[in-house]
Amino acid sequence: MADLSENLIEIRGLKYSRGPRAIFDDLDLTIKRGEITAIMGPSGTGKTTLLRLITRQLIPELGTIRIDGVDISRLNMAELYQMRQRFGMLFQNGALLTDLSVFENVAFPLREHTKLTNRLIRHVVLTKLHAVGLRGAADMSPAELSGGMARRVALARAMVMDPDILIYDEPFVGLDPISMGVIVRLVRRMNDALGITSIIVSHDVEEISTVADRSFLLSHGKVAASGSPDELRDAPSELVRQFMHGMADGPVAFHFDAPGYEEQLLGRDSE
Amino acid sequence: MSKILREFYDTGVEFARTFGAFQLFFMRLLRHSPRILVSRLDLVIKQVFNSGSLSLVIIMVSGLFVGGVLGLQGYSNLARFNAEDAVGVFAAFGLVKELGPVITALLFAGRAGTSLASEIGLMKATDQLSAMEMMAVNPVPRVLVPRFLGGVIAMPFLAAIFSMIGLLGTHLVAVELLSVDVGAFWQQMQITVDIDDINEGIFKSFVFGVAASLIAVWEGYNAIPTAEGVGRATTRTVVITAIAVLVFDFMITALMI
Amino acid sequence: MQQTRSVEVGTGLFVLLGMGALFFLTTQTTGGDDFTAEETFTVEARFENIGSLRNRAPVAMSGVTIGRVTDVQFDPITLEAVVSFVIDSQFDQIPDDSDASVLTSGILGSQYIGLQAGGSDTYLEDGSEILFTQSAIVLENLIGKFLVNAGSDNDE
Repeated sequence: MADLSENLIEIRGLKYSRGPRAIFDDLDLTIKRGEITAIMGPSGTGKTTLLRLITRQLIPELGTIRIDGVDISRLNMAELYQMRQRFGMLFQNGALLTDLSVFENVAFPLREHTKLTNRLIRHVVLTKLHAVGLRGAADMSPAELSGGMARRVALARAMVMDPDILIYDEPFVGLDPISMGVIVRLVRRMNDALGITSIIVSHDVEEISTVADRSFLLSHGKVAASGSPDELRDAPSELVRQFMHGMADGPVAFHFDAPGYEEQLLGRDSE
Repeated sequence: MSKILREFYDTGVEFARTFGAFQLFFMRLLRHSPRILVSRLDLVIKQVFNSGSLSLVIIMVSGLFVGGVLGLQGYSNLARFNAEDAVGVFAAFGLVKELGPVITALLFAGRAGTSLASEIGLMKATDQLSAMEMMAVNPVPRVLVPRFLGGVIAMPFLAAIFSMIGLLGTHLVAVELLSVDVGAFWQQMQITVDIDDINEGIFKSFVFGVAASLIAVWEGYNAIPTAEGVGRATTRTVVITAIAVLVFDFMITALMI
Repeated sequence: MQQTRSVEVGTGLFVLLGMGALFFLTTQTTGGDDFTAEETFTVEARFENIGSLRNRAPVAMSGVTIGRVTDVQFDPITLEAVVSFVIDSQFDQIPDDSDASVLTSGILGSQYIGLQAGGSDTYLEDGSEILFTQSAIVLENLIGKFLVNAGSDNDE
């Protein structure tokens, strides 16, 4: 029996590097059951990498990631696949399978993992598509969908196996305000109606503030700040203020590391 | 100087590593193949369609013209020895043992191999393979193995169709156009061509089918997941397949003679 | 589902066409399958020279194929080629003093064994040996002889 403590996912002392650059160094992070947790940070701080670590698409160098108290780096292939069935993941651009119709995309996990009859599959798939408002698009191909619609289909697909944990990777990027509003509402509704734990990676401060229960701001491989959106907004840290208010210069410098400006313009060119 | 040596050494190690990874990848595909062939025949059929049926037009048109050229060349050269009747034998040997399997494999690399590599590369670049992983579906048996098997199954059929259409092309040119006696044309062929020659052609096209499909699937799966990376993977698929097919052709021919 | 159907039809047609092509190649371009007897008996013959006679070469009588070569061996003691071949069992009235020769179909064609009927009252049966044989005519030898003859003609 899974230990139903408040903490669903516990990350302790996580270290991961790509090449010589450490992306995470001694990172601690806890995700509470039933909440919507946002993970924010400037581009390149490894937000997506963190998601891939949580779902063990990547393996950490040091530290542990526990889900319901189980260290996921100890799972074998079969256990891992079993664990992954508890996850639903929404990729940045939906990642719909291009050679299948919308209906078959949503039906895909059912066809691969269950022996349900066609009738039952049809029933489940149409219900999920209805929930995201796209029952009418069932016969379209993914190429015919707009960005927002593709993400909604992907959300229906992520929901189809009734996961405990839904992970959204940059769900708001490149959407028009209407589609964005639709997604925000869907995220909230899925979480509350189905008692799911949600993790959102994003840098859209506005949207996150309206939807998240708790946010973590990552910087330089560590958690720079955490708390509710309001707490973050009023945080004293300069970095947090720069990020939350979108200021061009601050601890994250506007200029990429370079030799002195004057020196380079006026100085001798290297032959 | 030592820098150059060092670079040579690194290239050598890298080559060995890639080659080893390629072998392991092949083993992985083979390990999943029997199960997929039995339980997911629908996926394999779809890929036979993609690699085979969709390549038919280019295979048949090319076969017709290659056969026609063999008819013209064979006739004009054999006529010097008053052996025009042997043009059927000449074309049959050429098509069944060499040109059929080899040209089919090269056309396959251009038509089906590139589309396999770019399709898989794009699935990778758009996170479709990761999405499958996250849905607890292993993409190797689900995506790669059916495509590999589809190519392996399609190739011998394509090569046979190429040879058949090629012979009809030779027949058209030699018999209808250059009035070689139709009886002599086919009978000389039947006396000389042995069933072993046909088998050699089938064996070759099977080997080429494995090589071409494997390379296409490998290049797609290992493509750098960007637009540029996928483009590079398709180019490499054609180049590497062409070299592999010609090298294998030489080795098999040398072994069979 | 319409799409699945057309894929299946397309694949089916492709595979049928492929098999048709293989059938065409094996039957129309080769002559290997014109001997298909179910019951046969084996006969042996010794030749001084079999030329380039191969396994599976046809055995013909009056131009009709009645059998096929199954084995070619070299006898190290008599220094002869020992050729075994099978004959369709329905031809059980071939005189046992018939003679066998290695012949060539056409000038440059493949070689086969031709049987010429003898006059005996006893017939070939399983394990018989044909005693009268004629070796292959080797083109090089013929040409050689012709050149020698021509040369000696000029000398006169």
